[in-house]
Amino acid sequence: MSTRIYVPCDSAALAVGADAVAARIAAEAARRGLDIEIVRNGTRGLLWLEPLVEVDTPQGRIGFGPVEAADVAGLFEAGFHDSVDGNHALALGLVEQIPYLARQQRLTFARAGITDPLSLDDYEAHGGYRGLRNALLKTPEEIVATVTASGLRGRGGAAFPTGIKWNTVRKAPGTEKYIVCNADEGDSGTFADRIVMESDPYVLIEGMTIAGIAVGATRGYIYVRSEYPHSIRQLEAAIATATQRGYLGRSLLSSGRSFELEVRKGAGAYICGEETALLESLEGKRGIVRAKPPLPALAGLFGKPTVINNVLSLATVPIILDKGAQYYQDYGMGRSRGTLPIQLAGNIKHGGLIELAFGVTLREILVEYGGGSASGRPIKAVQVGGPLGAYLPESQWDTPLDYEAFASLWAVLGHGGIVVHDDSADMAKLARYAMEFCAVESCGKCTPCRIGSTRGVEVIDKIRAGAQPAQQVVLLRDLCDTMLYGSLCAMGGMTPYPVLSALNHFPEDFGQPSAGERAA
Amino acid sequence: MHTQPSAPDPDAILDDLCARHGTRQDQLLPLLHALQERLGYVPPHLVQPIAQHFNLSRAEVHGVITFYHDFRSAAPARCVVKLCRAEACQSMGGDRLLAHAQQALGCGLHGRSADGGVALEPVYCLGLCASAPTMTVDDQVFARVTPARFDAVLADVTHVQTAEAV
Repeated sequence: MSTRIYVPCDSAALAVGADAVAARIAAEAARRGLDIEIVRNGTRGLLWLEPLVEVDTPQGRIGFGPVEAADVAGLFEAGFHDSVDGNHALALGLVEQIPYLARQQRLTFARAGITDPLSLDDYEAHGGYRGLRNALLKTPEEIVATVTASGLRGRGGAAFPTGIKWNTVRKAPGTEKYIVCNADEGDSGTFADRIVMESDPYVLIEGMTIAGIAVGATRGYIYVRSEYPHSIRQLEAAIATATQRGYLGRSLLSSGRSFELEVRKGAGAYICGEETALLESLEGKRGIVRAKPPLPALAGLFGKPTVINNVLSLATVPIILDKGAQYYQDYGMGRSRGTLPIQLAGNIKHGGLIELAFGVTLREILVEYGGGSASGRPIKAVQVGGPLGAYLPESQWDTPLDYEAFASLWAVLGHGGIVVHDDSADMAKLARYAMEFCAVESCGKCTPCRIGSTRGVEVIDKIRAGAQPAQQVVLLRDLCDTMLYGSLCAMGGMTPYPVLSALNHFPEDFGQPSAGERAA
Repeated sequence: MHTQPSAPDPDAILDDLCARHGTRQDQLLPLLHALQERLGYVPPHLVQPIAQHFNLSRAEVHGVITFYHDFRSAAPARCVVKLCRAEACQSMGGDRLLAHAQQALGCGLHGRSADGGVALEPVYCLGLCASAPTMTVDDQVFARVTPARFDAVLADVTHVQTAEAV
């Protein structure tokens, strides 16, 4: 019987040489006359171990990583394909027992890394399409009620209750409605959407199909950023297979309901992650933010009622319809129900995807999962929620990951991305970067964002150059106030979060007296 | 010297793409992407026919092309290197990598190497933030990029390209 060997095909593995590893394994096995089968699985999300090669054994899948092409001959020499040798320097034991993975609560990411992402049979064998089959037995009202009862809130960052949004679209008049998936994952430190699309694309397709049936939409678009070419390829291949097998298209699964799906590629504009700018871009225009109201739920794509949800929100719907609202709702704390796919990145030893119920603290993530900084130096600050999220100093790391707890600290959980900086970070420089990024990526429609960001860079430059810093700090706070309250969307409205949190928690980096000195 | 065996005719390519994409405005971005994939850029003289195809003004099409970072109005370098400049990569020595790249190529961001063959551009996040710093070389992604790995990747690419050109 042939030995099955898994080599991931996720971008995070490809970017560190997974293709070369797979090729070398095939060549080495051929040279030795061994009967092996190579499966290109998705990623488990243990990204510091990529490329993580797994060997199927009667006891389970045994991992080796990170494997470089140059390691392959040695692995065969050590008999890794016979799964007898646990002593190779790269051996990790049973993958499912690696604490980082074993302690997680994988709901949205139940299949990631386990299956061949493009195999529909594999998807079904691991619980796929049970949610859709259940949904087809329900009325649209019942589907929406289930999603509402699960407590699912938009995972893109705004945390709006998904069921309520769907109900607005369901009740909106008109027969032409759309499902739009926001896969413009531009925030630094986030990659969970990418992992869904590359490692388990059918779950997103299934979630969008359920959404379509629930609100009466027959067409959906997935807007993927152009920086994710591999995601686009995976989705297009998965959509083609699902269509061919009758899971998409006219009268899907002979239900009499129809749903068609199309991938659209972004063009390198961060602002298109803002939902109304995304809709403009889908319509073939510049990605300029729209004023709200009207809500996209009532007048969205092409002016029609539109559900626009993040990848993670839609990819979580299948398990809710499969296992029921109560099952999902049982995870979490307070008003944050279910699980949060946390993305741990930056200067951290064990970066990766950590799906856990809401309520875990930042410190547990950084220490118990992350294992401290990659550089070995003390961690100075972590930015949570992307480039528009606040920097949190160590005094705030005992905060539970919960939307409301973060809001009370004047911080945001956003899309669940955490970027770690060690003590060599210059917070004034990072604050300047936040303003500079806003200046580069502003759509230009509103003045506080368009002009404010450029003025922000100038003011921080003066502070860093020591030119009347005290006065400039007053100006900077004033400017941030204008951007916070005067911007049309979160781009200008939240850029002050990283800027002011850096200034408030690390004043010494801005040449200001530290909190201790002020008190003295 | 890099020579193309038979220079594609931009106008013929546009005609072909227009026929395939239809005239609804939401096809403008897909058409521009397809055009750029074939030609490497969107030649300015095609703005007028594109506008006409979609029944838009030239200003509207020009506005779209210039709004998005991806679309280019001039031919790109043979090889485009994009370094991620976002926070996660900064936290892992992205600035040092940029300084190294600038020195190795002898140009700044948005510039080109002395022989014009390699362009250096910024990109904001490739979604590989747990394996920073990261970059792309044309369509390939690279993570955990040290200055030594940068040199190795670039030597590889330029070597292949030189061989192709000969």
